[in-house]
Amino acid sequence: MSAVQEVVTEAPAVEAVPKRAMTLGYGTSLVMLALLIAVPLVVKNFIVFQLTMLLIYGLAVLALNILTGGSGQFSLGQSAFYAVGAYTSAILMEHVGMNYALTLPIAGIICFGFGFLFGQPALRLSGVYLALATFALATAMPQLLKLGYFEHWTGGVQGLVVTKPDAPFGLPISQDMWLYYFTLVVTIAIYIFSVNLLKSRSGRAFMAIRDNEIAASAMGVDVALYKTLAFGVSAGITGVAGGLGAIAVQFVAPDGYTITLAISLFLGMVVGGVGWLPGSIVGSAFIIFVPNIAEGISKGLSGAVFGVLLFLVIFLVPHGARQVAIVAQQLIGKLKKN
Amino acid sequence: MLSKQKLRIAAFSTAVIVFAAMSGSALAQKKYDTGATDTEIKIGNIMPYSGPASAYGVIGKTEEAYFKKINAEGGINGRKVNFISYDDGYSPPKAVEQVRKLVESDEVLLVFNSLGTPSNSAIQKYLNAKKVPQLFVATGATKWNDPKDFPWTMGWQPSYQSEARIYAKYLLKEKPGAKIAIMYQNDDFGKDYLKGLKDGLGAKASMVIAEESYEPTEPTIDSHIVKLKATGADVFISITTPKFAAQAIKKLAEIEWKPLHIVSNVSASVGAVIKPAGFENAQGILSAAYAKDGADSQWDDDPGMKKFYAFLEKYYPEANKLDGSVVYGYGVAQTMVKVLEMCGDNLTRENVMKQAASLKEFAPDTLLPGVTISTSATDFAPIEQLQMMRFKGEKWELFGDIISGELSH
Repeated sequence: MSAVQEVVTEAPAVEAVPKRAMTLGYGTSLVMLALLIAVPLVVKNFIVFQLTMLLIYGLAVLALNILTGGSGQFSLGQSAFYAVGAYTSAILMEHVGMNYALTLPIAGIICFGFGFLFGQPALRLSGVYLALATFALATAMPQLLKLGYFEHWTGGVQGLVVTKPDAPFGLPISQDMWLYYFTLVVTIAIYIFSVNLLKSRSGRAFMAIRDNEIAASAMGVDVALYKTLAFGVSAGITGVAGGLGAIAVQFVAPDGYTITLAISLFLGMVVGGVGWLPGSIVGSAFIIFVPNIAEGISKGLSGAVFGVLLFLVIFLVPHGARQVAIVAQQLIGKLKKN
Repeated sequence: MLSKQKLRIAAFSTAVIVFAAMSGSALAQKKYDTGATDTEIKIGNIMPYSGPASAYGVIGKTEEAYFKKINAEGGINGRKVNFISYDDGYSPPKAVEQVRKLVESDEVLLVFNSLGTPSNSAIQKYLNAKKVPQLFVATGATKWNDPKDFPWTMGWQPSYQSEARIYAKYLLKEKPGAKIAIMYQNDDFGKDYLKGLKDGLGAKASMVIAEESYEPTEPTIDSHIVKLKATGADVFISITTPKFAAQAIKKLAEIEWKPLHIVSNVSASVGAVIKPAGFENAQGILSAAYAKDGADSQWDDDPGMKKFYAFLEKYYPEANKLDGSVVYGYGVAQTMVKVLEMCGDNLTRENVMKQAASLKEFAPDTLLPGVTISTSATDFAPIEQLQMMRFKGEKWELFGDIISGELSH
């Protein structure tokens, strides 16, 4: 029982976020959607590729957000789920010759199972201990992928080259553009699913566990089930993101899925605002573009510059993009009154 | 009179036409693809300036300094080199992003000396599809020499396989009755090497009486070595990365096993391997090299190395000349400049590849005397020669002839 007592005395790890504050209003959502559809039509292919990566990392951050912001569990092991998804897609496409779109649900299901199973032992851990356990998963994954037993399938250290799909039905758009819109559709579908999940009974159970585990179980919430379920859903979405990432990058190798990726995703979640789903895309933009900006400022000290920028963000807006959005909303409200 | 005048006019106009035609053809010889103009050549590069392999970032910095020197001396055929180098953190997805930025946004003529087997594997298909040269990649994998399937990709340093073949040749000549025990790292490096050794031994591959592999994650390889000693082998080939190479040298001394010990070039560093393992334990070990060692005093009066030291002093004073990566970056940048010089005014991507594939016995300043670079339309492996060396006292002593690792020789 000591573990339970510990949980009771411990301050909640994640600040409670009211359910309504987790999403955007209709108007803002539509503007965002219009932007996401229109921008690729006017920019270079390279930027379209970057935007695709933005959506993919956005999905992975969203998945972590459901786990941490929703159910209050930490994970530094998202890169492992991402890797499993990426390898599932790559192996199915290259060795089995399956259509890329069909590999994604399979990647999602395999990762869901993987995450659900990992969630079982994780039940006994909480807070920093859980973070450490998932950290171990992330450090082990690149080495597991190199193992000789799987080499026939994974390509070992050499990795696997993936063929990029052409636009179907003879559509006159480039591969990059097609992949972007394909990713956009998948992202929107998963976003809507996530929003609804958090608004549903299960979502309320997640949040009850996040806010107070004991109270939740007293209310009749099956804590063990919902905690592992949160892990499973998060891993499943991360797996889909990994599969999309493999198709966009056209290559998978163990070095692409190190602990650095897991930490980047964690960073993205914090910068975007823990528990605020639309923030995922902002967080994803941060982890893709800010290192490039830092490198532009100083090549030798890019790590230090990145650190300073990150520090500024955490210091000035500790709640990330959510805080900025709230301030902006209040300003607009004031302007309207005037 | 009239006809004379006509004739004169005709002659004059012919002259004009001929002149125009000539100057026209002279103009036509200046051909450019994206990334090259009358005044500038844009070269792209990716390097792990951050992340697990950031020690290699020095290569990119040396190359940048070398191109600065070339620009200060007037450029290549009057064109300044604009060297754009991005950080990929040794991550394949980031490498793809950065290379696409180089090709599509910065519009470089070619990608030069991108580092790492995983990163280069990730960008190879893209660059070949776009027909952008991926020249002199910084990895020792053998797969870069594949002009038929990847005509836009070329390596630079000797491949692991050609180095291994040199040891095989040496053993066949000096110790034909040898019983060989091999210790190799279980990854692309170790496996490439093992294949080279067996190819080199050819029909006599039965000389190998024992093979042991280890995972790079193992804390120590001591038990493997004890096992190999028990086989009674009299040659020990250590295909290991620095940490394990040092462990092996120490363990051999500890269990008093004294076979002929060969260490791969990857782990021939005096500072990182031999010194930690103890000089007294390393006497008589064999290895092979293709470049001069910046730490070795025997090159102090070498004209090539004098040029190298002068370059470091003027353009890259903070460099550590004991670092093999600095020597490497200088040599590979010099090869790049040579190829661009050979291109003349025809700076199309096709011609760059054509010239890169027509290097004839080119000798950069930092390569061992006698080691030269030759390529052809079917041979995309620039350096294929090495020289054997033996550890004596506190440094390597070169011996024997320059040996080629090509299979056909």
